[in-house]
Amino acid sequence: MLRRIHTHGVETYPHECCGALLGRDGDGTREVLDLLPLANRRDDSPRNRFEVTADDVRLAEKTARERRLELIGWYHSHPDAPAHPSEYDRDHAWPWYSYIIVSVQKGEPRDTTSWRLHDDRAGYDPESIEITAHLASI
Amino acid sequence: MAVKVIIPTPLRQYAGKQESVHVQAGTVGEALSALTGQFEELKRHLFADDGRLRSFVNVYVNDEDIRYLQKDQTRVKEGDTISIVPSIAGGAQN
Repeated sequence: MLRRIHTHGVETYPHECCGALLGRDGDGTREVLDLLPLANRRDDSPRNRFEVTADDVRLAEKTARERRLELIGWYHSHPDAPAHPSEYDRDHAWPWYSYIIVSVQKGEPRDTTSWRLHDDRAGYDPESIEITAHLASI
Repeated sequence: MAVKVIIPTPLRQYAGKQESVHVQAGTVGEALSALTGQFEELKRHLFADDGRLRSFVNVYVNDEDIRYLQKDQTRVKEGDTISIVPSIAGGAQN
């Protein structure tokens, strides 16, 4: 799953990629079981911005339901930038969702992080990423 | 007038874990005020500091985007459904 995110980030480099994380929300652990790669709708500034429109969010929710999964978060890439959330990321984030960021440096995938927004929107918590045989758990 | 407001998954934790809430309102603005009056924590996720809806919060009345209607002055009638739908944004640099 992580490889698919990396591949998407490499394909769209030097632009940001984005997509939905489909899986299950467990007790303190989330499993990413499938992905829905989406188009970055920020045509004006795709090198350092991404956007998933409300219609695409609805598509992701529908796809999750059809696959008997939940929409548990989102991934995007930071081309030639670190894999930590920017102020812009934090300001635009929703609570509850997991946000995975992959840093793509000179076209090569590097660090990958995951984080969740605090209830008060002021900060975020990192989430550890564990790779299992066929699944990526966060 | 009783209208149904559908709460998106990431905000349900602030609305008693409910998928939808019924409120009494004559306009979308009144419905959202009633909702945030009932569930105070929703306010910071729906509205910016200036009191306007955050840019990535989308509101539909029976599947029609209120930006193409009368925005928060859009009238609602008994049995209407208001949906709050996220859009997702971010990016590497400020």
